[in-house]
Amino acid sequence: MTCHDYKDLMMGYLDGELSPEQKSRFENHLAGCPECAGELEQFRKLKAITDHVNLVEPEDRIWQDYWGVVYNRIERGLGWIIFSVAGIMLVIYGGLKTIEQIIKDPSVEIVCKVALVALVVGLAILFVSVLRERLFFWKKDRYRDVRR
Amino acid sequence: MATLCQEETLVMQRCRRGSREAFEVLVKMYMKDAYFIALGLVGNHEDALDLSQEAFVRAYRHIKQVKPDRRFFPWFYQILKNLCISHLRKRRLRRSASLDSPDCPEVAVQDDSFSPAAVADKDETKKRVWQAIGKLDEKHREVIILRHFRGMSYEQMAEALFCNKGTVTSRLYYARRKLHELLGTEKGGGTNDVP
Repeated sequence: MTCHDYKDLMMGYLDGELSPEQKSRFENHLAGCPECAGELEQFRKLKAITDHVNLVEPEDRIWQDYWGVVYNRIERGLGWIIFSVAGIMLVIYGGLKTIEQIIKDPSVEIVCKVALVALVVGLAILFVSVLRERLFFWKKDRYRDVRR
Repeated sequence: MATLCQEETLVMQRCRRGSREAFEVLVKMYMKDAYFIALGLVGNHEDALDLSQEAFVRAYRHIKQVKPDRRFFPWFYQILKNLCISHLRKRRLRRSASLDSPDCPEVAVQDDSFSPAAVADKDETKKRVWQAIGKLDEKHREVIILRHFRGMSYEQMAEALFCNKGTVTSRLYYARRKLHELLGTEKGGGTNDVP
């Protein structure tokens, strides 16, 4: 084994994560390798400081209010979903009613009515196409369950 | 770090059935871990608080997707990490955009991430270590944060990072080496002046 192979054992040794057998193997290597011994010493100093870097603890008030903030966001998220769905439904309903009125209105020219119907049909085709594509890729997505 | 126990398994089962009370238990169990990990990843208090809370909101919305044999924290950690990384990318984009903006050069030079104010100690070396951690890439920064700031074992880290223990030790080695280099290259900031 080369020194490079011992780097993982060095980390485990430093962090107290080695089994007694691994520890003794690493110590044997260390006894005959001043380079690894020097590197270990550097890491030991670094770990000594890093372990004692204390980050500022937020005030108690932050922890007391923490769940409240999360809860409010969950609730508002639900509110936004219901609001958006209702909004979309109303817009679609209003749009269809308006189109119906225009088509039934004898004063509106036939060209305008045909263009309006074509616009609605075109939009519907685009919507269905995008939706089908999304569903197709979602079903075939090999990574959709990754990291869950 | 809380260890896997019967209580967590029961709480997770109730969460999957949509219980907000059960989710509150999980939030209170892991809020400090979430906050400090986010702080370690993004570097400032306001963003860390906001991102950790947002991660819990997203976890609540998708908790039914967690498999029954999975622990909460490693799954939650992925959500939190992705949010933090996405936030950092946006921040970098904003910063590079502001660098291009001749109207507000003061915004371009302002960099409040990994401010020494986040460190409770008055020790200058510790403040430099904190700032050097901020200069590590995300992959290396997260192992330092999980190990040194949350005291996670290699096994817990491997579970949270979706890798094996060998990868954890290897990342720790390179992260610490980089950290040592960063401190060594800064004037008077090496680890050799530590008693």
